[in-house]
Amino acid sequence: MDTGDAAWVLVSAALVLFMTPGLAFFYGGMDRSRNVLNMLMMNFWCLLTIPVLWVVVGFSLAQAPFENDLIGGFDNAFLRNMPITGEDGGFSLLVMVFLGMFAVITPALISGAVAGRMRFGAWAIFAPVWMLLVFAPVFKWVYGGWLGQRGSLDFAGGTAIHVNAGIAALACVLVLGKRRGWPSAGSPPHSMPLVMLGTGILWLGWFGFNAGSALAANGTAVQAFINTFVAGAAAGLAWALVERVRDGHFTNLGAASGIVAGLVAITPGAGYVSGMAPILIGLAAGVICCYAVRLKHRAGYDDALDVVGVHFVGGLVGSLAVGLFSDPQFFGTENMEGLFFGGGLELLFEQALANGVTIIYSFVVTGLLMLALKATIGVRVPDDVEQAGLDLPEHAEQAYHDDLSAGLRETGVPSELRAEVRT
Amino acid sequence: MIKLLTAVIRPHQLDAVRDALVEAGVHGMTATEVRGLADGPDHTEMYRGAEYTVDAAHQIRIEVVVDLFEAERLAEVIVAAARTGKAGDGKLWITDVERVVRIRTGERGVDALH
Repeated sequence: MDTGDAAWVLVSAALVLFMTPGLAFFYGGMDRSRNVLNMLMMNFWCLLTIPVLWVVVGFSLAQAPFENDLIGGFDNAFLRNMPITGEDGGFSLLVMVFLGMFAVITPALISGAVAGRMRFGAWAIFAPVWMLLVFAPVFKWVYGGWLGQRGSLDFAGGTAIHVNAGIAALACVLVLGKRRGWPSAGSPPHSMPLVMLGTGILWLGWFGFNAGSALAANGTAVQAFINTFVAGAAAGLAWALVERVRDGHFTNLGAASGIVAGLVAITPGAGYVSGMAPILIGLAAGVICCYAVRLKHRAGYDDALDVVGVHFVGGLVGSLAVGLFSDPQFFGTENMEGLFFGGGLELLFEQALANGVTIIYSFVVTGLLMLALKATIGVRVPDDVEQAGLDLPEHAEQAYHDDLSAGLRETGVPSELRAEVRT
Repeated sequence: MIKLLTAVIRPHQLDAVRDALVEAGVHGMTATEVRGLADGPDHTEMYRGAEYTVDAAHQIRIEVVVDLFEAERLAEVIVAAARTGKAGDGKLWITDVERVVRIRTGERGVDALH
């Protein structure tokens, strides 16, 4: 194992881990103050369960053996056959842990859609089961499996992660239903500074996500790093400008949403496109996602924090853009050329196929999983809990205390919702 | 006799009102953050193209307990300092106070004010 490669991928893995708390703040700031801890815990729950599940069986199902078409096996279950000595020198373990970070954040992405009304007990089962039933097989098809073998490209997880989680979010909210009063009674973000902080953490982590996916410290990693830098900026700029022209102001949430949309969109092409392509992809993602987040009002699905509009749409835009901008000559690689680099429509078709298959499989299986949970333990909190906020009834914690609520603690909580508060 | 002056004002006028009251010789006042539905236009917030109208505006409630003979003069001081001339400047009202006690010393009435 090359020591330079090992150093970069180790650092990248840690950067990607940090994205899940970053995502938690990004979502948590947008949520209401009475639900913010529930949102953080939905994300942190992925950090508790997925690492354990990943080393026990998740990685093996999602990857090993690499040649399998549909699903891996148990060759690397319990981290068997993964030495740190000999020729491998620990490289397969390094890849395993790096990909484990992606397995953590992918179900976490869905949490933004179901904000404010999902039973935590249902989420506690949903997130790890979804990782095994949906993330692992789709990941396999895209990386090493039949979709990848056909020639579709997904550098760091546009299809396998963002389109997959985005369409799963849609299936979840269709089963879960709307929040009380939505859309007439909206709830603006309770802390925009938290949203901006979360955006910064996500962007930082995304350098590991994209440039680390080169799995080496080489030129491809450098280009992916630059693309991550440029596409995030271009998309944030595009979204902010659209809002300025359309609605009259440069908004913080517009800038943050645009940055994330651009980072999502450059993910599938990070190591396949170069030059000015990341600017064009970023600009396109910023404008398209800025309008896509309005679809929920027209279509009537309550995707609370716009997981569909940002991750699904952004991922799809970026993945199809690979079919236009892929430039194997620049990278010295064997993959197909995009339409703009003499490759015709073949790669674009493969991109569309890979996303189409992912959309259908993820939507159907996620929907069935949610329906099964709904029919058994139930997926929604009672109305009074939703009204009062999920933090106290579901977690016996409150995000923000002031002196008054501390002094009046015994009488400040509706008795039917009263939880034991230890201090 | 003792009077209570209560004013609900714009948050940004608090400094001006406090300075004017101190200038006029007042030693103590209470200010509370409150939300009000009356007076002034709603404000609109915009998130991802969706408009939210916030109709319970942040305001500051000031309470000053004063001697009967000072009440009119100090009420005018507050009104003058809190006024911007635009809708949403707030209101002031004067009420009778039955009894005032200084908690530390037990002094009552006008003695408790100074």
